[in-house]
Amino acid sequence: MSTKVNRLGLEVQPYRGSKTTLCAGCGHNAISERIIDAFFEMGIDPAQVVKLSGIGCSSKSPAYFLGASHGFNAVHGRMPSVATGAVLANRRLIAIGVSGDGDTGAIGIGQFVHLMRRNLPILYVIEDNGCYGLTKGQFSPTADLGSILKSGVVNQLPPIDTCSLAISLGASFVARSFSGDKKQLLTILKAALSHRGTCMIDVLSPCVTFNDHDGSTKSYSYVKDHEEPLSDVSFVPFFEDISVEYDEGATQSVTMHDGSRLLLHKLERTYDPTDKLRALTTLQEFGRRGEFATGIIYVEPDHEHFVDLLNLVDEPLASLPLERVRPPRAALDEVMEALR
Amino acid sequence: MPVPDHAAAPVHDDTAAAPLVNDFSIQVATANGSGSQTANLVLLRSLFRMGIPVSGKNLFPSNIAGLPTWYTIRASRFGYIGRKKEIDLLVAMNPETARDDVMALAPGAAVVFDQALGLESLRGDLICYPVPFDRIVAAVCPEAKLRRLVRNMVYDGVLACLLGIDLDEMRQALRKQLGRKAKALALNEAALDAGSAYAGESLVKRDRLRVERMNATAGKLLIEGNAAAALGCMMAGVTVVAWYPITPSSSLCESLIDYLRKYRMDPATGKATFAVVQAEDEIASLGMVIGAGWAGARAMTATSGPGISLMSEFAGLGYYVEVPAVVFDVQRVGPSTGLPTRTQQGDISLVAGLSHGDTRHPMLLPASVGEAYEMAIAAFDLAERLQTPVFVMLDLDLGMNTWMSDPFPYPDGPIDRGKRLTPELLQQLGDWGRYRDVDGDGIPYRTVPFDGLPAWFARGTGHTDQATYSERPDDYVRNVDRLARKFETARGLVPAPVVEDDAQARIGLVAFGTSHWATVESRDQLACGYGVRAAYLRVRAYPFTATLGEFVDRCDRVYVIEQNRDAQMLGLMKLELEPARVAKLRSVRHYNGLPIDARSITDAVVAQEAGR
Repeated sequence: MSTKVNRLGLEVQPYRGSKTTLCAGCGHNAISERIIDAFFEMGIDPAQVVKLSGIGCSSKSPAYFLGASHGFNAVHGRMPSVATGAVLANRRLIAIGVSGDGDTGAIGIGQFVHLMRRNLPILYVIEDNGCYGLTKGQFSPTADLGSILKSGVVNQLPPIDTCSLAISLGASFVARSFSGDKKQLLTILKAALSHRGTCMIDVLSPCVTFNDHDGSTKSYSYVKDHEEPLSDVSFVPFFEDISVEYDEGATQSVTMHDGSRLLLHKLERTYDPTDKLRALTTLQEFGRRGEFATGIIYVEPDHEHFVDLLNLVDEPLASLPLERVRPPRAALDEVMEALR
Repeated sequence: MPVPDHAAAPVHDDTAAAPLVNDFSIQVATANGSGSQTANLVLLRSLFRMGIPVSGKNLFPSNIAGLPTWYTIRASRFGYIGRKKEIDLLVAMNPETARDDVMALAPGAAVVFDQALGLESLRGDLICYPVPFDRIVAAVCPEAKLRRLVRNMVYDGVLACLLGIDLDEMRQALRKQLGRKAKALALNEAALDAGSAYAGESLVKRDRLRVERMNATAGKLLIEGNAAAALGCMMAGVTVVAWYPITPSSSLCESLIDYLRKYRMDPATGKATFAVVQAEDEIASLGMVIGAGWAGARAMTATSGPGISLMSEFAGLGYYVEVPAVVFDVQRVGPSTGLPTRTQQGDISLVAGLSHGDTRHPMLLPASVGEAYEMAIAAFDLAERLQTPVFVMLDLDLGMNTWMSDPFPYPDGPIDRGKRLTPELLQQLGDWGRYRDVDGDGIPYRTVPFDGLPAWFARGTGHTDQATYSERPDDYVRNVDRLARKFETARGLVPAPVVEDDAQARIGLVAFGTSHWATVESRDQLACGYGVRAAYLRVRAYPFTATLGEFVDRCDRVYVIEQNRDAQMLGLMKLELEPARVAKLRSVRHYNGLPIDARSITDAVVAQEAGR
């Protein structure tokens, strides 16, 4: 039996990580599996990947995928800044950041919004369960109004919609998915890997221990019943030289940065994810009904990203040789002369 | 030890007729935003161009325009460039503070002031030079709206005449300041000449202050410490800069941005060999620096006390994960927002152990602009060698004020990228572990992302030699003990103290940073005015070296001089020195927001010596 290899000739093993220590059935584990699949199927060199996270259940998960990649489990809510530094130090790195709804929406909201503004090339995944798992189930800022804790406590504050925030602030690839929807999540992750810019993916990922009961709006059954794909997404990577037949009237094709194609097939509604205003109003409409719009919510393939904005040299800054980072003696002499 | 009566101390004496040549301080009182900076720098530079040692200190408010500001220039033929406590000549341009400024002067001081203020009636023991500024400026500047901008140049002209400053040197200094702005230059030159002419015709010199040409500044330059540190960063090959504006550190990164844009654009492509990010706060600044350092870049940030407080969590992460980072702390007065535009050495004990848990950070303590430059370069090497955040502790006085210096040396030789794993070493070691102490110095070998070598997982949680998660007591202890060993290694790598011994001295002085300049002068005051000789050790880094303990041993008493209330450096010394050495330590502190002055040190040492 031949083992399956990807376009780099690699087996799936280097894409796997260590054994998970999260609860059995945790949505985060399903997301880790999809991340493994996406990086493997896209044929991305694990040595080129950096995986980063903050603090919380979600932030433990980078240990459970891409074991051959460098990882950084940073401090609570501050992963975006660490990722920013790393990507600027070496623009060839492919960065994936994993955060949670507390790590992003509460302690890390400041760094989150500025990451979105900068449109840094990064795949930013929120594993969103509406509660703090590691500290035993307190509400997080994405908990919906009226959602009820196991103890009976009712959430009285409106949720932060990370997708709306990301779109309005400048992220160029924004999606929402569900840890239970294997196909959609994998497709979105693969599309995100062919994008240059901030890919913000909010993945509803039920907490089976603290937030999976009646009255919770982030339980597995609630999300399953209340999520609605905006379109049926499929993805044709640039390296798969296949022509796909589709009905142009019912399918929108978006060409990604690397030449891959994202195909959005019409479902009940016509939805154009390149329309920013439409994306924002759609999120509002769904939110008002207590439902979740899933799929690619907004995409802008050509939006200038932060590394280009800074006009960096093509080589990684981190490995530029001394003669390119230390100006010659004449430069120092010139500065000194001007100060006399 | 016999100590002279305090009254016998050399103080300002207005009865003596002998001129005071190249040995006085000038204070210019204006309102913030009134454009006095040009006039003050021209005054400073003209003295400098005449070969006289000078220093310029800007005492400014936390405000954009309108609040009082003072600029102090000291000329000293002895080369004393610390702040002088007494003001010998006041230029009172600010009506709001004029009365207080005049009342604070010592008898015999001279005052140049706007005639309209009528300050001569306040005191009979001053030498008053009323000047009709409005009339003079109106004659040379027909456009009324421009008069405010050139008015200050009139006092430069008045002082040139009164003190004997070469007007040509002033014009040269003015040209340097204004560059090619022809109209501004003409107007300012006219104001300068008019001021000088007025003083020559209408004022009778009665003060003792004189300027004479010297040859003590040949080859030297004038620069602020922040710009010097910025130059050091550029020459060290910094590639990632993340910062958040805060007084008094902003000009460090702003200078650096200017230098980088000029000298670090790739000639072939026009692209930048650096990335600068103005971050959302100081937390993010240090986060970016740590991310960049982890990925192999030379990265830095600059901030001041409030930013340091915010950075504490990341500082601990950098220490524990072992990532190089360079942080400049341009210290200002705390606690809290404190006095944002005043100087202090107030972050010493905070930074030494910044963050929770057992955390220790190396600190470099530059005293001069030359050291700000050299220690900036050294900090990047040290941070990579030690794989840890290194803090360079400037203060507002050094960072934002203008200091003389010899030209900075071009850094010869390679930079130290520290212990990086290589394929050869990997083969030799067999099973490399990120945190394994191969060489016994506590410093492990590291890899960086995408360098073709084994990956590791950086984590702020407990970890093994292999960087895997661990809560095991033995793993934890082995790791933090190695970190302590690494800090011991740092002792041999940081800049050594500078000792100026004196075989006859019974007491010692210990100072650091900008306290150096007042300490040098105080040492002379103690010896000449009181017959108290003192050996002197200047601490240049933390952790301390063995030299410090040896210095304490050879002294009967050691005065630790610092600019904070709580004797923070002395506190750090107490943690490390043996009880017999600690018993010898005395404290001299200065913490009113003004740069420390020699007289205050001398008085404190003399009082403590007398009271023994």
